[in-house]
Amino acid sequence: MEKFLLKYFTLIRVIIAIGIGIVISVFLIYLTSQEPGFSLRSFLLGPFLTRSRLAHLFETASPIIFCGLAIAVAFQAKQFNIGAEGSLYLGAAVGTAFAVSTNMPAFIHIPLVLLIAGLTGALWSFIPGILKAKWKASELVSSLMLNYVAYFLGLYLINYHFRDKEAGFLVSFKLPETAWLARFIPDTRIHYGIILALVLAVLVYYFLYHTTAGYEIRSTGFNERFARFGGISVFKVIILCQVILGFLAAFGGMTEVMGIHRRFLWQSSPGYGWDGIIVAIIGRSHPLLIVPASFFLAYMRVGGRVLNLMSDVPAEMVMVIQSIIILLITAEAFLSQWKYRITVRQAERGGAA
Amino acid sequence: MNPLLQSILSAEFGFAIFRVMTPLLFAAIGVSISHLAGTINISMEGTMLVSAFVGVLVSAFTNSLILALLAGVAAGVAMGAILSYFHLRLKADIILAAIALNMFASGITVFLLFLATGDKGSSSSLKSMLFPEVHIPLIKSIPVLGTIISGHNIMTYGAFLAIILFYIITFKTPLGLRIRAVGQNPHAAESVGINVNRIRMWALMLSGFFGAFGGLYLSMGYVSWFARDMTAGRGWIAIAAATLGGYMPLGTFLASLLFGAVNALAIYFASLQIPSELIALIPYLATVIALTIYSAQAQKKRHRKVEEAKQVGTIKETT
Repeated sequence: MEKFLLKYFTLIRVIIAIGIGIVISVFLIYLTSQEPGFSLRSFLLGPFLTRSRLAHLFETASPIIFCGLAIAVAFQAKQFNIGAEGSLYLGAAVGTAFAVSTNMPAFIHIPLVLLIAGLTGALWSFIPGILKAKWKASELVSSLMLNYVAYFLGLYLINYHFRDKEAGFLVSFKLPETAWLARFIPDTRIHYGIILALVLAVLVYYFLYHTTAGYEIRSTGFNERFARFGGISVFKVIILCQVILGFLAAFGGMTEVMGIHRRFLWQSSPGYGWDGIIVAIIGRSHPLLIVPASFFLAYMRVGGRVLNLMSDVPAEMVMVIQSIIILLITAEAFLSQWKYRITVRQAERGGAA
Repeated sequence: MNPLLQSILSAEFGFAIFRVMTPLLFAAIGVSISHLAGTINISMEGTMLVSAFVGVLVSAFTNSLILALLAGVAAGVAMGAILSYFHLRLKADIILAAIALNMFASGITVFLLFLATGDKGSSSSLKSMLFPEVHIPLIKSIPVLGTIISGHNIMTYGAFLAIILFYIITFKTPLGLRIRAVGQNPHAAESVGINVNRIRMWALMLSGFFGAFGGLYLSMGYVSWFARDMTAGRGWIAIAAATLGGYMPLGTFLASLLFGAVNALAIYFASLQIPSELIALIPYLATVIALTIYSAQAQKKRHRKVEEAKQVGTIKETT
């Protein structure tokens, strides 16, 4: 039992953090709601109760997985680029612009639109990468500022050049059907984006853990000096993981446009880039753990929405809970005393035997 | 004359710069002081938000500006304390912990705003108070200068005092000396008996203290209500301003002034026929450019130092 605890300590810690988060949400609901029992049920079980909400779970998780993977690659190299949001936004805007102004058969159109969106995101994310690699300009600050620039550029592109004036509100033209990602479960909006997300999770896992470039990324994150001495070009690594980050995020944003909305309608940034940071933290930057982490976040989000609709507790409670969970997971020393005690007990027993 | 040029050269524009600069300056001081201790606080966005909210709420329910001020500042300091607890005691990465705190602030303020007012957008239904405007006698009657300098919210003058306070704390007090020592070389500081974690805790709480004023100004001076996510990226621009200012009092002030000017310019541009989206991105783009120039220069300086050190080394070896 104790051996098991030690082996899976990190995972157990994450689960305990999530548990504490849920306990706090129960507490908050009892504190604020007139009918706490009902509200609690809506929050915890709500997402599973109807077919449309269950579908919603998958729809919500899909873009988060892409961004989680994007951030995970950067985090593995200890790069704090938070520019996934900007890459996603601008990439999706440019992809939309391309999709509505071209006409070709679906089997070329779909991959081409995705590629163009992804490349735009990659290019955008390349900027903080090169600034960091060349001049040591903090990628944290520059990627954040570029998020705003990307947002306004994307907004300008859509509102001034690709706006559908007949739509009644500020949205782009509808994508031609050849650029739609099909929905494969009837009466839901679950589209092939989620399949792409799962495939990419496996690919990113393979890339990070079974290729030289992936090894270089992880070594740089583990110990930059050591990596340098080992002959790894940190310059290359920084640029590479920023470019991958931008590509994945923008790719994910584009699937969302092509599968769910079928036009560009984000007048404010959708926030998936930030969600990506959350799931990268919960999933400990491991590509395969990003998937369950994204579903967990989606579950909290859908639960929050149900709560908002059905009860008197605002959905923002979820933001509070998720921030507490992240704080606990990032707190390395949280429960480390406990681990220490188990380790000592194990060692003593080992010595006696 | 060109209408744009005319409005930029007007005294009102000078006034607008200081108005826009105030929250940036407070937050940038907060970032600077934490960076000097080697623990950069990027939770200014959340700190300002919480203080802005607490200030509005307390002033609405107690009708006391003093209490609102105290509560708002206490909230800011508490944010700094929470960050220091998670970073220093629980060994959380300070960047990630600060991102989580920003998220926390964004969520908890809307959550509580809804409970207090039933509205998730703004506190406009609450009768909250404003910090007073100060019309400086004599100076206000000087033509152009009077319009620029006089008539500001008291918090704007407070921001100038804050810069002086920042200077005094950093360079004239034992705490400031320790903060700088800890930031430059924690091991050396530790070896002479300085409790590194305690100094960093003070620095983070001080950064929350300064950030709090920026938040209070936003909701009780800049405008007269609290709105969700009303900091709108100012906490992040403050990081850029602090970086650009080299984390030093005068530099931080000048950089904040620059960002204030660019932001004010964006507001003015927007009244012309240029697409507002393209104008709005200027300050952010300017930040990236400024940051890059600053970093490139700092790198050059480092290289030069290394070269000099090498030369000194070779001279010593040869003699």
